[in-house]
Amino acid sequence: MRIFKSGWQDIFAAFKRYELAGVLGWQDIRQRYRRSSLGPFWITISMGVLIGALGLVFGNLFDTPMKEFLPFLTVGLILWTLITTILTEGCTGFTVAEAIIKQISLPLFTHILRVIWRNLIIFGHNIVIYPLVLLVFWLPLRPSAALSVVGLVLLMINLSWIALLLGVLCTRYRDIPQIVSNLLQVCFYLTPIIWMPHLLPKRASLLLLDANPFFHLIEIVRAPLMGTLPSAVNWLVCILLALVGWGVTILFYGRFRSRIAYWL
Amino acid sequence: MTHIRMNNVCVDFPIYNTTGRSLKNQLMQAATGGRMGSNEQGRVVVRALQSISLEFKEGDRVGVVGRNGAGKSTLLRVISGVYEPIEGFLEVQGKITSMIDLSLGMDGEATGVENIYLRGALLGFHRQWLSSKISDIVDFAGLGDFIRMPLRTYSTGMQMRLAFSIATLVQPEILLMDEWLTVGDADFKEKAQQRLHEIVQKSSILIIATHSPELVKTICNRTVRLDRGAVIAM
Repeated sequence: MRIFKSGWQDIFAAFKRYELAGVLGWQDIRQRYRRSSLGPFWITISMGVLIGALGLVFGNLFDTPMKEFLPFLTVGLILWTLITTILTEGCTGFTVAEAIIKQISLPLFTHILRVIWRNLIIFGHNIVIYPLVLLVFWLPLRPSAALSVVGLVLLMINLSWIALLLGVLCTRYRDIPQIVSNLLQVCFYLTPIIWMPHLLPKRASLLLLDANPFFHLIEIVRAPLMGTLPSAVNWLVCILLALVGWGVTILFYGRFRSRIAYWL
Repeated sequence: MTHIRMNNVCVDFPIYNTTGRSLKNQLMQAATGGRMGSNEQGRVVVRALQSISLEFKEGDRVGVVGRNGAGKSTLLRVISGVYEPIEGFLEVQGKITSMIDLSLGMDGEATGVENIYLRGALLGFHRQWLSSKISDIVDFAGLGDFIRMPLRTYSTGMQMRLAFSIATLVQPEILLMDEWLTVGDADFKEKAQQRLHEIVQKSSILIIATHSPELVKTICNRTVRLDRGAVIAM
């Protein structure tokens, strides 16, 4: 109980000082794009080019109409980018903040919040592409799309605990980031992002869809945008994942939080 | 009531990727400050602070002295909350301000104003409050229109002046310092010293790590002498 409280208090304190995480996150974006004229919209452009190229290749390969495939790919790829960057940058969340951690006593979760906020800003720049794609194919934005906001919140709740857990582990064991980025790369192909789920034969879908947490996490945001509703299983998996994940992470964090400064 | 109480505080630093123990440990022990040993998993640990029991109360001006590696900075960091003691108990009552690395978190590409917000956020100031203080900071640092320029265009002295002006915005209760601060050219130095003395005077506890006996004599009313992580004299 004491461990749980110590972990929870730090996280709560970090949220109370959200302003700091906000300033640091914005600063990261500014720093990256300081001397370019387009600034962070370079992210949008490179994402747009990637979507266009992948759409052309895989849309033809799978013989799916572009009108159907491209919006699917756009949302999937943008969400996947959000997921992978938060997780890989979460791994180094504490190690790159070493100078600050060793000098000022702050709630350590602030450094994870900074990573999350920074990537949400990038996501905000990327998602601009989606309405453009709709416009090109003259597709309507369906009312169900509003539900994807709820999905996004649930996704972020899940990503936060994974990033925090990875951040602590990677501070102690410095070779984990490589393993994580490798696994994520594999998951990219295992998850329906560049291929559509209905292309799968029935038996394979059990393994690649239902047993794949990334599928559920993406689906709760993507499905409402595609005009369908996420299944009850999708919601259930994501909610359970959030509850169990946060429970375990707070305990783990409470136990090892004070060691982070020593491990750096 | 502002106070700091430490009871049997110990701090161990684990050193990973170090497999060698034995002779190397002995040699290192002679050459540097910390006591080295290794814990049950065979991992090398450096004992940086050994059973520190100290109590500071309002009005204390503490000079922490000792050789390099004696544990002075570690002691300051334990008090500031960066390192939680491995053993023992630490109680701090009062808001701690650490004036150790004044330019921590500043960004060369960002303008002076942006750096004020950045540094200010790290120090725990709110944006709105900072906005109202900007002209004060710029005036005190004597930066004029340079405040709209990127920090990398500043001279080292100008950067330090800005950092100092931000750090000394509020009156700390417990002030931690690593050596006395001297910033800027002759004109600024005088102004800065005046402000620093004022802050030190108004703070309820000052803890300063230093190698200067004169400083201890003029400012401090207590001394803590550390050697190899332990208090050897008070």
